[in-house]
Amino acid sequence: MNVRELRKLYLRQERTTFCPGCGYEIFINCFLRAIDELGKRLDDYSFTAGIGCSAWVPNNYFRADNFHTAHGRAIPAAIGLKLANPELEVVTIGGDGDLTSIGGNHLIHAIRKNIPIAVFCLNNFLYGMTGGQVGPTTPLESKTSTTLDGNHEQPFDLMKLVLSVGGRYASRYPTAYPHLLKKGIENMLASDGFRFMEVVSQCPRQYGVRNESSTASRMIALQKEHYLSKEKARGLSMNELEGRIVFGSFQSANEYVRFLSEEQ
Amino acid sequence: MSHVITIDQSLCRGCNLCLDVCPKHVFQDSAEIGAAGLKTKQVVDADKCTGCGLCELHCPGAISLDLLPDQVFSRLVADERARTTQSEARGGWKEVNSLLTPGRYFMTGNDAIVEAALAAGCRFFAGYPITPANEILEEMSRRMKAVGGKFIQAEDEIASIFMVMGAAWAGLKAMTATSGPGFALMQEGLSLADMAEVPCVIVNVQRAGPSTGQATRPAAMDMIEARYGSHGGVQRIVVYPESVQEAFDLTIHSFNLAERFRVPVILLSDGYLSHLSEKVEIGERIRVYDRIYVPGEPAFGPTADLAAPSMPRFGDGEALQATGSTHDRSGKRSTADPSVQENLVFYLDRKILSHQEELVDCEELFLDDAEVVVVAFGTVGRSAKWAVKEARGSGRPIGLLRPRIVYPFPAHRIIELSRSVKTFVVPEMSQGQMSHVVGQSIAGEVVPLPQPNGQIIDPRRILGYLLEGVW
Repeated sequence: MNVRELRKLYLRQERTTFCPGCGYEIFINCFLRAIDELGKRLDDYSFTAGIGCSAWVPNNYFRADNFHTAHGRAIPAAIGLKLANPELEVVTIGGDGDLTSIGGNHLIHAIRKNIPIAVFCLNNFLYGMTGGQVGPTTPLESKTSTTLDGNHEQPFDLMKLVLSVGGRYASRYPTAYPHLLKKGIENMLASDGFRFMEVVSQCPRQYGVRNESSTASRMIALQKEHYLSKEKARGLSMNELEGRIVFGSFQSANEYVRFLSEEQ
Repeated sequence: MSHVITIDQSLCRGCNLCLDVCPKHVFQDSAEIGAAGLKTKQVVDADKCTGCGLCELHCPGAISLDLLPDQVFSRLVADERARTTQSEARGGWKEVNSLLTPGRYFMTGNDAIVEAALAAGCRFFAGYPITPANEILEEMSRRMKAVGGKFIQAEDEIASIFMVMGAAWAGLKAMTATSGPGFALMQEGLSLADMAEVPCVIVNVQRAGPSTGQATRPAAMDMIEARYGSHGGVQRIVVYPESVQEAFDLTIHSFNLAERFRVPVILLSDGYLSHLSEKVEIGERIRVYDRIYVPGEPAFGPTADLAAPSMPRFGDGEALQATGSTHDRSGKRSTADPSVQENLVFYLDRKILSHQEELVDCEELFLDDAEVVVVAFGTVGRSAKWAVKEARGSGRPIGLLRPRIVYPFPAHRIIELSRSVKTFVVPEMSQGQMSHVVGQSIAGEVVPLPQPNGQIIDPRRILGYLLEGVW
């Protein structure tokens, strides 16, 4: 089946309400493609979501069991589902603010307890649905609706965050590389234990317009400039890695930090 | 022979990603303006397409890329995916054997709640340490194992209530226990349990507040919060026992009510009852109710008869949409329609209020000719009972009304009594909360007897007031 047919089969409505150029559409396509290639149906999975654009992916669109909880609370709800019925394959889809700010405490404790759920963090670098406020992953100097002269707070590196509290499965894929993203989703869904993926996604409407990249294409091009797969990064020197963000799947903090330059 | 690319212009959002991500520049704007007021996209050079799929992976559903047969990814075809297994209908009343050997036990209020919960079929507990509810958490960690249930100590009370709701959607009867500050944190989750109709039981072992207050001391300071604390403020069922025996019986009752009405039931206790040890009789058989599930029925209200709707669990194959947003009967969000919002909120209230008569459960003493009636709840009711009996012994026309189910509040009983009763007296382990509730529906005199000092109310103090009018 092509993506269009998968969307017809598995989405509750063909046309979403995401803004034109939204990266979450790419995530939806890659997710559906991934489960298809695993030989699974979408309703083989149970979804939990919090609040924000990210929550709409499973709650409004995925034709599968879904619990749309409160802001930040998707992970505890997922833990309840998984513990109560270990046969359920539980997937949490949240945003960067949702999972790492208001829900940050739940995230680190789910990692510590190694609850076997798959958590996708759709990172658009700010609070998109509420108007583009600064979030825990907003890059330094970025303009948002609450940091008009640029963000001065150090953002989270979500790979460092997850791996430093004992995570054994942290992955990061940008929407600019949908084939790699799809493969990453496949690998993650087929694995066990607590799994985390940061889906680096473009938000042209809220982030792009304020930061001189108002088209999705420009934001995708910028992702390609900055993000580098760990396979490609392996042979590079620290100088060559300067300003680059490495993506892929990481099993330990040691594996990840060697790709970081000193400032990072 | 080339791959076939088709574009459904009605789904094109005009983001132009297809133009820019295609390495072969197969797509172009056409001169035509489509229905959305955007230039439609066209395929100009399909022969160049390598079938890489970047266009369709970036596209919000408008582009279909049909690959040559040897490149098709999909392993299954649509009709193979039709679900063949279907869950069967389930739920309703049943009788089960008591888990403990029937007989007489000596246990604390906290322990009685644990044993009764397990007897009622509770198989999931999530909680966070807080005095004076700790023993429920500790005892659950031990006992849940014995009955094959699931126990988890959460990172905070917010997580606890959301874990409980997750477990409820997986099909288990679930509970958490906390006290004042933790109960405040749970209000967010409770509001969702109201809205998404998630059955669960929340024990609030009340302690003296505000804030940290006196953690080990009893109070009844969350009487209003239990009913009105959450955003949205819909009707709640709130239960408050006076003794360890009642704690046992009303815990089973709380689970049955939660399952029948698909609501969170608040089981109140306090720092006194939690640690009080006394006799409990446990019978051989216990009547329990399991939530109803009818395959294919809508999973949410408003139902025409105001009964709780069918509750599927995750994995039943119903593609459930459980949400705290305003929703229709299927669970589909409807966040702008005023009638859907109003009907849903009224339904959530009426689901409980329409069963109000059945939900009234009061201990009544000497009410036939009473001119003064003491209205008391939980452990205070116990002090009041002794005082009322003593006052009667002195020939005073005094009676007692002790609602075991605090909410829905038995207002009509108060109204009925107010025809002959001159004064209602409301002793409370707070600055006076329920006295306002008692006074809401009547014009007559309501006297608050507040005692927010972190101590149980001495029965002699109530008697003193009844005989001499001094508090």
